[in-house]
Amino acid sequence: MFKYILKRIGISILILFGVSLILYTLLRCMPTDYVKMKIIALNQAGADVTDAFIKEMYKAYGLDGSIIEGYFNWLKNVFSGDFGTSFISGAPVIGEIFNADRIGTSFFVAAIATVFEFMIAIPLGITAATHQYSIRDYVVTVFVLIGISLPSFFFGQMLKDLFANKLGWFPVSGMRDPTITYANAMEAFADYARHMFLPILTVVILSIGSRMRMTRTNMLEVLNSDYIRTARAKGLKERKVIYKHAFRNTMIPIVTGLAGLIPSLFSGAMITESVFDLTGIGSYALNAMTQGDIPVIMTYNMFLATLSVIGVLLADLMYAVVDPRVKLA
Amino acid sequence: MEENKDLVQNTNENNTAEQNFEQEELTVTQATDSEQDNAPVDIQLEDGESPLDKNVKLMSPTRMVLRRFFRSKLSIAGLVMLIALFVFSWLGPVICPALGYDWGEIETDRTGNIEYTPYEVEGENGSFVQIIVTDNGVNALAPISPTHILGTDEQGMDIFTRLMYGGRLSLSLSFLAVFLTSFLGIVMGGIAGFYGGVVDNIIMRLCDILICLPTLPLMLIIGTVLDANPDLIKQDMYIYVLMGVLSLFSWPGMARLVRGQILFLREQEYMTAAEAMGYSASRRIFKHLIPNILPQIIVSMTLSLGSMILYESTLSYLGLGVKIPYASWGTMIEVISKRSDILQNNFNVWGPPGLCIIIAVLGFNFIGDGLRDALDPKQRR
Repeated sequence: MFKYILKRIGISILILFGVSLILYTLLRCMPTDYVKMKIIALNQAGADVTDAFIKEMYKAYGLDGSIIEGYFNWLKNVFSGDFGTSFISGAPVIGEIFNADRIGTSFFVAAIATVFEFMIAIPLGITAATHQYSIRDYVVTVFVLIGISLPSFFFGQMLKDLFANKLGWFPVSGMRDPTITYANAMEAFADYARHMFLPILTVVILSIGSRMRMTRTNMLEVLNSDYIRTARAKGLKERKVIYKHAFRNTMIPIVTGLAGLIPSLFSGAMITESVFDLTGIGSYALNAMTQGDIPVIMTYNMFLATLSVIGVLLADLMYAVVDPRVKLA
Repeated sequence: MEENKDLVQNTNENNTAEQNFEQEELTVTQATDSEQDNAPVDIQLEDGESPLDKNVKLMSPTRMVLRRFFRSKLSIAGLVMLIALFVFSWLGPVICPALGYDWGEIETDRTGNIEYTPYEVEGENGSFVQIIVTDNGVNALAPISPTHILGTDEQGMDIFTRLMYGGRLSLSLSFLAVFLTSFLGIVMGGIAGFYGGVVDNIIMRLCDILICLPTLPLMLIIGTVLDANPDLIKQDMYIYVLMGVLSLFSWPGMARLVRGQILFLREQEYMTAAEAMGYSASRRIFKHLIPNILPQIIVSMTLSLGSMILYESTLSYLGLGVKIPYASWGTMIEVISKRSDILQNNFNVWGPPGLCIIIAVLGFNFIGDGLRDALDPKQRR
């Protein structure tokens, strides 16, 4: 077991190296890097830009030298704990990403959305499975499939138009209402929650589908197994058969799936956040990417890659913990 | 054939013992209780003395799958939705001009009028009338009317016509991308699964790396790369390159599926039998292995067709995909991210393309779902 974990961690580290190399190479291949854009802007402003100045700029941003050189430089800095400073804001990347406004917002949205997703999707999946091919199954299936099929930007804008613009129930966008001064923390939180409602709704509706389908498939598989037939044969109540015998076994993939959620909790919903003008990590990274802010992009993506590697490893380990039949080798 | 046998065994479980001596090549179906209502082709037993051949129907696996597929209302709905979209997109631009509804994909309606808005102004020497002349040369954001079935967008282009051209692009693109992805995935997964060992290890680690790369950020980076080099690729070819790159990064899912299936099938008895019979590797692969993986591949491809459409439209929405004035469903919605007045007042500009995306993706999802049920030999329906 211990040896297995060590081996997996070793492989994960190799994977992360591969990911960072590919990412860095791609980023450096971008023809208009941040410096070039800045120089163009300076030129347009009428400033006198000399070649020496350009060279200086590239050096200042660490973009002089070849890609390989730059990559190892980046690597060296990362290992000494320096993730660089954002080109755009000039502040250290770590502080830019890991603060309550950015990752806090994204985590808040994702965590609440995930809770609701599980609370809605799992019961739906179970009813759909126990009433297979009934009207109920059809209706649930159609609705969740519609949810999967919605483009996030379209659905987000639609909700925004309907509930914020037309009905005025929720604020259109942003994180807080600038016209209100909060009397206490409760009021502040209520306003915050009002702003978060539509984004969370969007994320929940888009993500229910796949989890519900997963639950349904697993439940159907379990319901067809021998021990369920045995449970029924010995005269147990249907309720007990489903919730005690079947559901517990359906839990196996659900629980292991939890580990796989780790990256999505922190990645931020890029499109949804930019539709609703949230300051979350997703819209921040989106902005960094369109402007070629290499340190931010690298840190953000490597952070996510690390999380997803950890998530996969944890999911496999959870499997062995939850399901005694699984042996890790 | 192997799959046929599997199906036969599964169907046999439903049947009475008297039919079990039937040849294995035959697929035996008997009208079970659930099938009687909606399957008139099955013949009922007549007082237990009917001749066997009345009860036995010969059915190929393909026919069985098709029958199960068409029994599901959802898959039929999906099929109808997609056929309608395909007809609309490909025949629409051909038929509409013949019917006198002749707008081009990037044709701007210049029939706008000149507006006169009179204002009464109080001056020092009494009041006089001031007229503001607005030259709306371009008939932009026109309402729904017979000349423009769905109105025009902010550049005066006919939305209904652009929907058709956008559909052509979105649908054909998703097919291209899915075929490329699947091809790469099948080849890589096939190699990994069949040869195993070091090759398998290398390919699977490559998969791990690619899966860890977040797709949307990656596409954004490549999109900006392409954006900065307008001379490199022509604007209207742009999205094809982007989707090609997307395929290069999204084959690991398919590769894992194929590899897993091959590893599973390799251990099956009939593969050992095929090897013992002295069949060549190519015959084993193409006649015995591939037909058995095909169902999963087809299902996964159908489902990814939908997600490719979503990807394409998201990229276009972010301004990275198809460039204005060329139409794609995502590009047609893009405008609302910049102009909230259109979001609020002109649903006819961004609603229809969104609905088209939903219909297309939903259609593929319905069909994929139906196919999965139909191809699953465990399902007894």
